[in-house]
Order: sequence, then structure tokens, then C-alpha cells
Amino acid sequence: MGPFVPDLISDQLNLVVALVLGIGFGFVLEQAGFSSSRRLAGVFYGYDFTVLRVFFTAAVTAMSGVLLLGRFGLLDTGEIFVNPTWMVPTIVGGIIMGTGFIVGGYCPGTSVCAAAIGKVDAMFFVGGGLAGVLLFGEFYPLYKDFNDSTALGSVKVFDSLGMSQGLFVFLLIAVAVGAFAFTTRIEKRVNKTTAPSLEFNSRKHIAAGVGVLALGILFLFLNDRKTHLINKVSDEGYMAAHPVKAMDIDELAFRIIDREPNIQIIDVRSSDNFARLALPGSVNIPTGDFFSKEWSSPLSRRHVKKILLGESEKEERAACLLLEELGYENFAFLTGGFDAFKNTILMPSALVSTGSRWDKDINDFREKARTSILDMMEKNKKKESKEVKKKKIQGGC
Amino acid sequence: MKTKYMNPYLAGFFLGLVLLATIFITGRGLGASGAIKSVAVAIVDGVAPVHAEHSLFFGAYVGPGKENPLKSWLVFEVAGVLIGGFISGLVSGRLKIVTESGSRIRPGMRWLFAAVGGILFGIGAQFTRGCTSGAALSGMAVLSTAGFMAMLAIFGAGYAGAYFARKLWL
Repeated sequence: MGPFVPDLISDQLNLVVALVLGIGFGFVLEQAGFSSSRRLAGVFYGYDFTVLRVFFTAAVTAMSGVLLLGRFGLLDTGEIFVNPTWMVPTIVGGIIMGTGFIVGGYCPGTSVCAAAIGKVDAMFFVGGGLAGVLLFGEFYPLYKDFNDSTALGSVKVFDSLGMSQGLFVFLLIAVAVGAFAFTTRIEKRVNKTTAPSLEFNSRKHIAAGVGVLALGILFLFLNDRKTHLINKVSDEGYMAAHPVKAMDIDELAFRIIDREPNIQIIDVRSSDNFARLALPGSVNIPTGDFFSKEWSSPLSRRHVKKILLGESEKEERAACLLLEELGYENFAFLTGGFDAFKNTILMPSALVSTGSRWDKDINDFREKARTSILDMMEKNKKKESKEVKKKKIQGGC
Repeated sequence: MKTKYMNPYLAGFFLGLVLLATIFITGRGLGASGAIKSVAVAIVDGVAPVHAEHSLFFGAYVGPGKENPLKSWLVFEVAGVLIGGFISGLVSGRLKIVTESGSRIRPGMRWLFAAVGGILFGIGAQFTRGCTSGAALSGMAVLSTAGFMAMLAIFGAGYAGAYFARKLWL
């Protein structure tokens, strides 16, 4: 599952990867004609809409790929870099850059590409870019606070607009297709002849447009992997068809006081409930967090039996089935759920009297378990928890 | 002489694939202005290291214990862009030392405006934390708000300034 940085690809190797990907990037940019400032400027005057076509198509292609790979579990979308938003600085910077675009005829990436094939104006642009950074740096204290203002974090555009991801993607694709059609017409009129890049018949165009719109509709209804899998395992029929091993209350109590090393209690209740009362040695992982890379190491230890603890047996079973879907092994759910354990072991409970010869033993055991476990919980309160630092992917500038 | 460029939709598709591969393999998107920033930092550090170390902006990147600013992902990527662009120009017969501009201005003026455009991009990309590739394009691919805001601001300003800059291009 991607991304392969930082676990499978070291920081050093990543630099080589960057070089190779950059070669691909530069090659495609130049092939598209982005090494020509006149061609780039054309998008602002209507005589050449190459920039719009390439930009929009590239964005939709990459976006679609990320969504599909994420949906089918090939890319861990929780681990990819989402550039954070500083609302006002982003807009101000964009306006400055847009002015630079229409005046200079390049952007940084295209200027490097053009300089590579000998365009002297591009070389001046790159030189200007260096000077711009120097200027910014020298006067930085004047606007540092402004630069750090209106920080929103790594927000997604559909959340900011208050719509679902699927709806946004569909609308974007629809807008892209519309823009392609509209700008082609403008280009024809401005040039008074068919633009050279448009030498295919309109039927192919319309077919392509319809195909792309169909893709857009797919995204409208495509839910993300987390929702899909949680719905799947919570379905009554699915649960009935996939029985899960159970562990009963007394057995769990025994294993706790015996301090058995090869079990791990996973409490899927809310963090509030967990904070109020939790079993010794248990860890709080709400079901939704099973997808996070943070827990993949402890969850994948196959010789450790994971005991799922929740409000209800249904919640516990669903969590077990989700672990199975995600490829983890060796788990069981606690019969009766958390409250049953609490009432039977942790509270001074009603004496068991089934008339069987084991009643006295069971009651003795439960009494002993109660004192032991409550004692363990008291000792745990005094221990502090260790924080493990996770390596986060850096991106952007 | 008409040069043969790739169909823009096809080029866009390939560009999208390169970007997708980048995100899939490395977890981050493409970029360009960050490399220019790193080179600028390296220059300042090389020419005036003491000043750089005490500078509020440059000091964050230079000084004892800090990695060489040129040993960055984006610097290597942009080095690749240089190579890739060159190869494409070579195979397409577009290698030529030339100044490109609208027909109404002389090369000298074109150089001046190109430099000014570069300066504006150098400054603007700091506020936006990226340029058209790093903030806008890569941002749109991961559906970030910043990505779309950057794209709209850049192209909006471009269109707004088009009338005033028309003599440069038309």
C-alpha cells in the first residue's frame, strides 16, 4: 500500500526518486509546449488554451487516481501530504504570482523547463525568482505575522464548501468538460481558424467528454474505503455469515490477573468512556482508527490475541470483522460487552448459584479477580504513558 | 516554422499520471518554487553565512547542525525537470538559444519583464507556500482548500492583468 516513503524508501533513495519523477515532469511539460512563454500567455488572451487543457486534465487525472487508489486500499490517503491553508496569505500570494505570470510569461516549473531548451527569457525569469526569495527573506520580519495568519490547517476543499467529496469531484469534472468545450470555441474565434492542437473531429471530443462525465458520476456515488468497510462488517447478514470467536468473562478475568503477555485488550468505546473506566493493559482504539497506520504494528502481531471490548457484542463483532477485512489475525470478542464484565467482576456481584458444585469456586475466583484487577487499575493510574513520535511526510515548499 | 507539440489533453493526462505516481510513491506532490527557494537560501548562506544565520527567515534553514539546503526533495526534482525538459527539447528539435516574446517589444524589454515576473513569483510563492505546480496543481490532486484557492487567485490575477500586459504578448 502506498506511499512507500518513509518505511520502504529511505530519505536518501527518495532524492533519487525525486530526480526520476522530475525528469518525467520536465519531459511532459516540454512536450506540452510549456517551454514557450507565448504559448503559456495564450490562456489569458484566448489564442491558446493549452494551459487550461493540460492543467485541468492533469488535476482531474491525478485526483481521480488518488481517490480510486484510496478507495481500493492501494494508497493510504491518511498518510499523504495535504498542503495546509493559510487563507489570506494564500490569496495574496496567488494574486502576486498571477501578476508575475502575465508579466513574465512563465511559472517556476515551466521556466526551468524552458531554460533547459535555451529560452533566454526563461533564464531571466529564474534569476528573478531567486531575487524574489531574497527580497522576501530580507524584509520577512515586516510581514511574518501576516504570513502566519488565518491558518486553517490541512482542510479539504469540499469540507470548506460544505459538500460531500463525491459531489465536489463530480462538479469539478463537469466544470472541466464545460470549460474545454467553451474555450475551444473562443480559441477558434480568436484565431479565426481551427487551432492546431485541435485537429480531431468533434465526435471524438463529444465521446471523450461524455466518458469523462461518466467518471464524474462514478465519483458522485463512490464512498470512501472506511465507510464502505464499516458498513460491510456492520451488516446483519454479513455478521451472521461470519461467526467470530468469543471469550467469556471469567476467562478474560483470569488472563488479566495471570498477566498473560500474549493478549491485548482493545477497547473500541469512546475515549470519554475509556477515560472513566478501563481495564488494565487495555488500549483505546475506536473502530474508525483501525485504518490508521499508527496502529498497524501492534495490530499485526499474530501471536497476540486481540480481545475486542465494546459497549455491545454487536459493536465488538463488527470490530473483529473489520480487523479481518484489514488483514489482521487472531482476535475474539468479549461475551456480554464491557458492562457485563464490569457488573460481574468489577462490582461486588450477586453470588452465582446454579446449584452446581463449581458455584463456590466461581464465586471465590470472581471475588479474588475483583480485588486483583481493581488493584492493578489503581497502580496503572500512577504510571505515565510513553509518547511514541510518528514520522510524518513533509511536502510543499 | 511550426513545431509539433503533444495533444494538450494527452499531455495533461501524462502529467496527471506523473503527479499520481509521485503521490503514490512518496506521499507528496510535485513542486518547483521550493527548489528556487532552497537555491536562494544556499546562495545567501554561501555569500554571507553570518547574516543568513541571524536572519529571521534564512536562519531557519542554515546554521550549525542544519542539513545542506540543496539536499532537498524539490531541488533533486527540479534538477530532473531540467534534464527532462532538455531531453524533450532534444528529441523534438526544439533546442535553441532564443528569446521569446510578443512582436511589439524588443528582447531587452522582454528580459526585464521576465525578471520582474520571476521576482513576483519568488515573493508570491512564499506567501502561498508553493506555486502553480506545488500549491495549485498538487493541492488540487489531494483536494486541499489551499490548492483551489491558489489556482483561482493565480489565474484570476492573470486574467485581471491581461489587458494591461497586452503589449507584451499581442
